[in-house]
Amino acid sequence: MKVELEADKCVASGQCVVAAMDVFDQDDEGIAILLTEEVGDDQVDDVREAVAVCPAAAIRLVQA
Amino acid sequence: MRRIAVVGASAAGLSAAEALRRQGYDGAITLIGEEPEPPYDRPPLSKQVLAGEWERDRLALRTPADLAALDLDLRLGVAAKGLELGSRTVELGDGSEVPYDGLIIATGVRPRRLPGEGAHVLRTLDDALTLRERLSAGQRLVVVGAGFLGAEAAAVAWRLGAEVTVLEPAAVPLAHAVGAEGGRMLAQVHVDRGVDLRCGVTVTEVTEDGVRLAGGEEIEADEVLVAIGSLPNTEWLEGSGLTVGDGLVCDQYCEAAKNVYAAGDVARWYNPLFGTSMRIEHRTNAAEQGMAAARNLLAAEGARKPFAPVPYFWSDQYDMKIQAYGFLRGHDEVAVVEGDLAQRRFVAGYRTDDRVSGVLAVGMPPKAIRRWRQAIATGAAWRETVRTGVPAADV
Ligand SMILES: Cc1cc2nc3c(=O)[nH]c(=O)nc-3n(C[C@H](O)[C@H](O)[C@H](O)COP(=O)(O)OP(=O)(O)OC[C@H]3O[C@@H](n4cnc5c(N)ncnc54)[C@H](O)[C@@H]3O)c2cc1C
Ligand code: SF4
Repeated sequence: MKVELEADKCVASGQCVVAAMDVFDQDDEGIAILLTEEVGDDQVDDVREAVAVCPAAAIRLVQA
Repeated sequence: MRRIAVVGASAAGLSAAEALRRQGYDGAITLIGEEPEPPYDRPPLSKQVLAGEWERDRLALRTPADLAALDLDLRLGVAAKGLELGSRTVELGDGSEVPYDGLIIATGVRPRRLPGEGAHVLRTLDDALTLRERLSAGQRLVVVGAGFLGAEAAAVAWRLGAEVTVLEPAAVPLAHAVGAEGGRMLAQVHVDRGVDLRCGVTVTEVTEDGVRLAGGEEIEADEVLVAIGSLPNTEWLEGSGLTVGDGLVCDQYCEAAKNVYAAGDVARWYNPLFGTSMRIEHRTNAAEQGMAAARNLLAAEGARKPFAPVPYFWSDQYDMKIQAYGFLRGHDEVAVVEGDLAQRRFVAGYRTDDRVSGVLAVGMPPKAIRRWRQAIATGAAWRETVRTGVPAADV
C-alpha cells in the first residue's frame, strides 16, 4: 500500500506519529513528514489507525 | 450482530463506522445524519473557511470512493427523533424506523444562543459560509464569548480588517480551561492587535443593531457572533430511558445501555485515567472515541477495553499555535516549565493533586510536548516532572 499526505491540511497534531512512528515524523513546525511512501504489510494497521485519528483528514492509504 | 445504527454523521460517527469495518464487521451499517452534507470537518470552519482560504470541497472527511467502500446505508438530511430501547428501533424524522442490534450515538452538540434574532453561531458549514459572506474590512463585528471558538473567529475577522469587539462575562477569558495566567496571556494577544476585548461583561440579548448588556447599555454592531458554549444534542433521547445529564451518560466502556454506545462531543463517559466523568469537545477525541465505541460494541463481554485517553486539543489564533494534552479543568497549579509567557513561547504543566494532569504549549515545536503526553498517560508525579522540566517518561 501507499500512503499519501496532504501537508497543507496538516494541523500539526502529531497523532499520526503516535499511531505509526516508523511512517510519520514531524518537522520543526509540527507539520507531518512521510518517512516512507511505501507501507509494508506489517505497518498497514498502524497507518490505518493514523488515517482514522488524523484530525485533519490529511492522510490517505491507497493501493499501490 | 447483523444491524448496527450510527446516529450522527460527523467525525465521531464516521470514525465509528470505519472502525466497525476495520474490525471485520460485515453486517449492515445505517449512518444517520441530520445535515445534508456527507461527513465534513468542523475545525477549519473557524479558521480556513472563515478566512476564505478553503472552499467546501476541502472539508470532506473522506472521498466519495472511500465512503462508498464502507458500504453504508447512508441516511443524510434526516434526524433521529426517538429511540425505543425495548424494540431496538431508532425513529427518524421522515417517519421511517431503523431497527438495530447495536447502536452508536454521536449526535454532537449545538451552539448555545442568546435571546433575540439575527446573531450568527458557528457550528455548521452553512454557519461558516454565511458569516464569511458578511465579514469584510471595516465591518463592525461583536463576538460574544472569548473561548477558543470566539477567539479564533475574532482573529480571522481582525485579519480580514473588521473592527472586532469581544465581550466576555468572566474576568479572565479561558481561566476555567487553562488557568488565570494562561488566560490573561491569550487575552493580551487580542488587545495587542487592537481588538476591543471587554471582560466581566454580560450580554443579555441580541438586538437589531447589536447587543444589549446586563446594565442596559447597547453596543452597536453590523454582525454579531454568539460563541458562548454548546448544548449536547440529547433531546431526541427523551423518554428512551437513557441517562442524560450534560451529555449522554456512559460508563468507562462508552456504553449507555446494553449494546448502546456513545462517542464524541455528546458523550459523557467515565475516564478511568483521570478518575472522573468528562465530556470532551475536541476533534481528536471524536475520532478516538468513535473507534473505541465501535470496538467495544463488537467485543465479547470480557474483552472490552475502558476508554482512557489523554485528550488532545489545538487552536490557531493569529500567528499562534496552541496545543494542549490532558484534562486541564479543575487543576490545582500551573507552572511554566519552558520558555516564557510574555514571549508567547512556552510549555506550562498542570497539576491536579500530586500528578501531572495536563500541558499547554504555545509556539513550541511539537516534539517539546509530545513526551508530556506520556507523562500524563502514566500519571507521572508532579514534583519530579517539574523539577527536571522534562517528564521522566520516554516518548
Ligand atoms: C468552528 C469549530 C472549530 C473547532 N475547532 C477545533 C479545534 O481547533 N480543535 C479541536 O480539537 N476541536 C475543534 N472543534 C471541535 C470539534 O470539531 C468537535 O469536537 C467534533 O466535531 C465533534 O465531532 P462529533 O462527531 O462528536 O460531533 P459533531 O461534529 O457535532 O457531529 C454531530 C452530528 O450529528 C448530527 N445530529 C445531531 N442530532 C442528530 C439527530 N437527532 N439525528 C441525526 N443526526 C444528528 C449533527 O447534524 C452533526 O452533523 C471545533 C468545532 C467547531 C464547531
Ligand atoms: S495526524 Fe494529521 S494533522 Fe496531525 S500531524 Fe499527522 S498529518 Fe498532521
